[in-house]
Amino acid sequence: MDFTVLTENMEPFLRGFLNTIWASLLGLAGSFVLGVIIAVFRITRLRPLVWFGTGYVEFFRNIPLLLVVFLFYLGLPSLGVTLSGFAAGTLGLAVYTSAFIAEAIRAGILAVPAGQTEAARSSGLGYVQTMVHVVLPQAIKLVIPPLSNQFINLVKNSSVLSIVAGFDLMYYGDVVATETFDTINTYLFVAMFYLIITLPLSYGSRVLERKLARHD
Amino acid sequence: MIQFHQVEKHYGHFHVLKNINLSVEEGEVVVVVGPSGSGKSTMLRCINRLETITSGLLTVNGVQIHDRKIDINRVRRDIGMVFQHFNLYPHKKVIDNITLAPIKVLGLSKAEAADTAMYYLEKVGIADKANAYPSQLSGGQQQRVAIARGLAMKPKIMLFDEPTSALDPEMVGEVLDVMKALAREGMTMVVVTHEMGFAREVADRVVFMDQGQILEESEPGAFFDRPQEERLKTFLGRLLSH
Repeated sequence: MDFTVLTENMEPFLRGFLNTIWASLLGLAGSFVLGVIIAVFRITRLRPLVWFGTGYVEFFRNIPLLLVVFLFYLGLPSLGVTLSGFAAGTLGLAVYTSAFIAEAIRAGILAVPAGQTEAARSSGLGYVQTMVHVVLPQAIKLVIPPLSNQFINLVKNSSVLSIVAGFDLMYYGDVVATETFDTINTYLFVAMFYLIITLPLSYGSRVLERKLARHD
Repeated sequence: MIQFHQVEKHYGHFHVLKNINLSVEEGEVVVVVGPSGSGKSTMLRCINRLETITSGLLTVNGVQIHDRKIDINRVRRDIGMVFQHFNLYPHKKVIDNITLAPIKVLGLSKAEAADTAMYYLEKVGIADKANAYPSQLSGGQQQRVAIARGLAMKPKIMLFDEPTSALDPEMVGEVLDVMKALAREGMTMVVVTHEMGFAREVADRVVFMDQGQILEESEPGAFFDRPQEERLKTFLGRLLSH
């Protein structure tokens, strides 16, 4: 492996790396918040919320990520809203991923045995108290493996920003590859930068999973 | 304390409870027996509205329990419930299982709730397990924790839904002993069970249900020795033949 392409292009690599981390963090926070809201919509008994939640999940889960990003990047300007490539890309990423996260969280909540809710409700706890103190803490454990998968996918999928000039790692990788003609080494270094983010994520989730599973 | 008046319940086309009339007085122990699927658990679960009724009146502690306008959480404070599968919270220690509702529902301080919890753990004989997690306990111990959890709310009524059915045989006794002690202290109890020995020894009245109906209701002596209904005779006969 030839390191000159890395040492001579450290600045664009690092700029892309930081932007990818930034997009991932924003995407992660946004998709988690949206995912929890949509999951809760879907398990309530309020019909309009259930319909909205179901429509949201089925729409965004079943179209390509690139299309979601284009809707925000190229579609929104016709409604008078213009977003930068970075903003449109990150927003698209968060919305797309939130559909998968909502499903994972919903499945986790439904997997907590009904007897848990019955025990809590029969002792006089309200719906929200039961959720907060009894159901969600158990659901979180069940949801960590699928959730960490989604977060790892989100980091990798952030490469979609390169298509809408989002200045992420993949974007600068393309720039460096075009300028140096050293494609193989450039893209291997891009891969290395992605692994720096994703490997600790998957290791961390395994540790967390073990820690939480201790008492079951 | 509890009055069923012409209570009916349907699950779609399935008629689960048919014209249930039953009253339980303060301090009484009523044991409900019958074959599986006879509606006895459903009837019990109506008392704290874990199940809804289709028609009729059900009064508990002077409240129309199926009136949509009542604050059901307030009514449930006074009704403890023990389940077949214990339903302890696996992510909480024994002590925290017991103090959750007293703190969140009754507004006790942590220290007060812990004192109460220890008192009842002492009473059910497992104070030494206060800091264990449910998964570290045997079935019998878990069920005794569940009873302590119910008692910690200082309820007026305790409901037991087949409390010993999921236990290994050698653990049934320790749970029944706790329930017997509770009955002697005058707790109002409704117990769905297959433990005929317990019914005979502890019950003030035994109720026999089959196919959603109450077919017979009498004090234990008459119930077991002079059953009137044909179906009850068959039911008891089957139990005694093995």
